[in-house]
Amino acid sequence: MLKTEELQINIGPQHPSTHGVFRMLVTVDGETIVDLKPVFGYLHRNHEQLAEQNTYLQNMPYTDRLDYFNSMANNHAYAMAVEKLAGIEVPERAEYIRVLMVELTRILNHAGALGFMINDMGMWQTQLAFGMREREKILDLFESASGARLMCNYFRFGGVARDLPDNFIPRLKELLTALPAFVDELERLLRENEILMQRAEGIGILPKELALSYSVTGPVLRGSGIPYDVRKAEPYSVYDRFDFDVPVGSVGDVYDRFLVRIEEMRQSCRILEQVIEQLPDAKGGHINPKARQSIRPPVGDAYARIESPKGELGFYLVSDGSQKPYRYKVRSPSFINLTPLGDMCRGYKVADVVVILGSIDIVMGEVDR
Amino acid sequence: MARLSPAELRQQMERDLPGALVEAAPLRVSQPPAHGPQPGPLVTDDILVAPARIVEAALYLRDTHGYAYLSDIAVVDYLIEGLFELVYRFYHPEGGGAVVLKTRVPRDEPRVPSLTPHWPGANFHEREALDLYGIIFDGHPYPRRIYMWDEFEGWPMRKDFPKQGDKYIGEEE
Repeated sequence: MLKTEELQINIGPQHPSTHGVFRMLVTVDGETIVDLKPVFGYLHRNHEQLAEQNTYLQNMPYTDRLDYFNSMANNHAYAMAVEKLAGIEVPERAEYIRVLMVELTRILNHAGALGFMINDMGMWQTQLAFGMREREKILDLFESASGARLMCNYFRFGGVARDLPDNFIPRLKELLTALPAFVDELERLLRENEILMQRAEGIGILPKELALSYSVTGPVLRGSGIPYDVRKAEPYSVYDRFDFDVPVGSVGDVYDRFLVRIEEMRQSCRILEQVIEQLPDAKGGHINPKARQSIRPPVGDAYARIESPKGELGFYLVSDGSQKPYRYKVRSPSFINLTPLGDMCRGYKVADVVVILGSIDIVMGEVDR
Repeated sequence: MARLSPAELRQQMERDLPGALVEAAPLRVSQPPAHGPQPGPLVTDDILVAPARIVEAALYLRDTHGYAYLSDIAVVDYLIEGLFELVYRFYHPEGGGAVVLKTRVPRDEPRVPSLTPHWPGANFHEREALDLYGIIFDGHPYPRRIYMWDEFEGWPMRKDFPKQGDKYIGEEE
């Protein structure tokens, strides 16, 4: 056995695989990872401190900037936390519109995330273009409803900003007929590709027990075989009315996380079809007419969480009775999902780090806050 | 297995961890305004634990009652009361609502035993609390700032942190 020396190298802060500014302090022995420490904060803007200087409503567009892929999901979690704090009721129709938007967000997030992940494996651009093509169609729908494609700022306390435009549902139906073919196509890209399979199978294994003790959430947790989904575990909004499955993996490797995301896209389509079915019978308008937007919630604290595409997204708010939150804390899934990165990478090769990071699916806007 | 109600859980914790639970006094959140409606104090019905016993209480929840998912550790700075409140949030992996443990430490000596050696998921939560609030977690394996750079002085999320001026940027000039 050749005697080797350990070497410390930096991956990042500027590295194409990190999708932002993120540094990994890696100790390598030859090509093998001995230790990995994530270093971040390059995008830190003290989001929470800024939010304490704003009124409750002023924070709504600001939550868009957390995870800029999933602005609708961020809006939902924040709106839920404020509604819990101030005791605002949401009409049924508004809840359906919210679910519709968040499930569309889940599809576009996974399409992008899987595209980027395969990109990191070295299959340049093709599948990413496929993913982005579908994402564009969903963004067009978002634009027709909210007026913005990325920073939607669509949710309000007690509902959503405006009702769906007339042609929204027909366009959504059209989209849903085309989506399954896209999902199958994306799945085939990995499953029928020997090279990509070799880079995904058995790589970055996160065992079940470790996943739970590391508090990871979302597709990473479910990829490790724990069927924990906030939509099922603590149903919020109208999720208890829909019939859908929670896909789980068996081994907890990159491949499992990929398959879980693929299956979640299919389940989101199922939920969307049920939303379209039930939406015409839903009572109420798009917003609770009694809900005020410039609110002064009573003194107290509240925490609300949703299953965002990346995991459990929660907001913890403390009110002192004024117009501004006294404390505003974001429990961001990307940030906590990075905790086990060192353990997931240990023993694998340097090239695998990029793939493992891609399979966690992080957005630096949310990690650094 | 049927889950315990919050009241039952509190009773069991009082029985199994004698002396760990503390009576939660109402907190004044901010200075009352000179006129207009007066906001009341913050009253909580979550379980308040003595800071020295927090690790024991958390592990008791995990090992005895199966609350094996630590979701969040939040810190709130109650400046007027002169204390920090740490809010630990636990969930059961089979679903259901949260169990919230709170603990209060004085602002001038914010020390809490670290949960990370027993529960690795607490790692980044605790480092964030250290970075932004200056909470010292005794026994944390890697107690370093997580967002701010290592040379940064001060704790940016504290309520008495200066919000204007460039005190910390180029102090020599």
